[in-house]
Amino acid sequence: MPTTTINGRDVTVDDEGFMTVYDEWDEETGKSLAAAIGIDMTDEHWKVVRFLREDFKAQGATPTIRRVSTAGGVDTKQLFTLFPKKPAKKMAYIAGLPKPAGCV
Amino acid sequence: MTAVQDMVVPSFDDEIETDRKLAIICSKGSLDMAYPGLILGNAALGEGVELHLFFTFWGFDMITKGRMEHLVFSPVGNPATHIPAALAPLPGLAKMATSQMQKAMEELEIPPVPEFLDLIKASGGHLWACRLSADMNHLKKEDLYDGVDDIINASDFIEMTAGAQLLFI
Repeated sequence: MPTTTINGRDVTVDDEGFMTVYDEWDEETGKSLAAAIGIDMTDEHWKVVRFLREDFKAQGATPTIRRVSTAGGVDTKQLFTLFPKKPAKKMAYIAGLPKPAGCV
Repeated sequence: MTAVQDMVVPSFDDEIETDRKLAIICSKGSLDMAYPGLILGNAALGEGVELHLFFTFWGFDMITKGRMEHLVFSPVGNPATHIPAALAPLPGLAKMATSQMQKAMEELEIPPVPEFLDLIKASGGHLWACRLSADMNHLKKEDLYDGVDDIINASDFIEMTAGAQLLFI
């Protein structure tokens, strides 16, 4: 596994740059990851990212777009606004989680 | 093995103004054949691809208000169910197969057809109803799922999907 430096700290990532170690992430890191893909974090972004983190911890898998809307309470349309074009991958990236494995 | 390098950032292809477009013709009205188009279409939207679904012939049931919630999965004429052909038409078997499939989908967090259409609409997908199918079934726009963009004819569809990748299901 390669490591990369974010905010002067080494973190473990996969080949694409997604973080692979849950506990190496903190919100400061999330902010830097967001900035790296051109997203300025607002409260709404944080609501999604925090849900992703909690849900991953509880379920052991990155939630899909549908799950973020049904269980996380942020509707799909808004997810496409907050994380344009590829919401599932972008929110997972910022939250320091693997890409969602589910199809839907 | 550990390699230290500069921050690796996934590209997400944001810098590429892609005009990739996918059009899926949904022509089947059985529950099992309704899903492939919905799943692929939804995946396309999640990847930033413009999506058009065209519902025609039996696929019209997927967007007909009175029918969309009652699609059936039948083992008759479907060897993939591995039920002996002579037994497949037995009374109650289609009902059982349907409820089993619905249950399996629910466990995988895959929504029922109407809710799946909601998801596709919310993700920016376009739903088109076939003019001929509407006329054959004597159905008007108000008989169809509210998210249907319009009832269009075959030429409209061909025109609208110029340059799109096309899938017939």
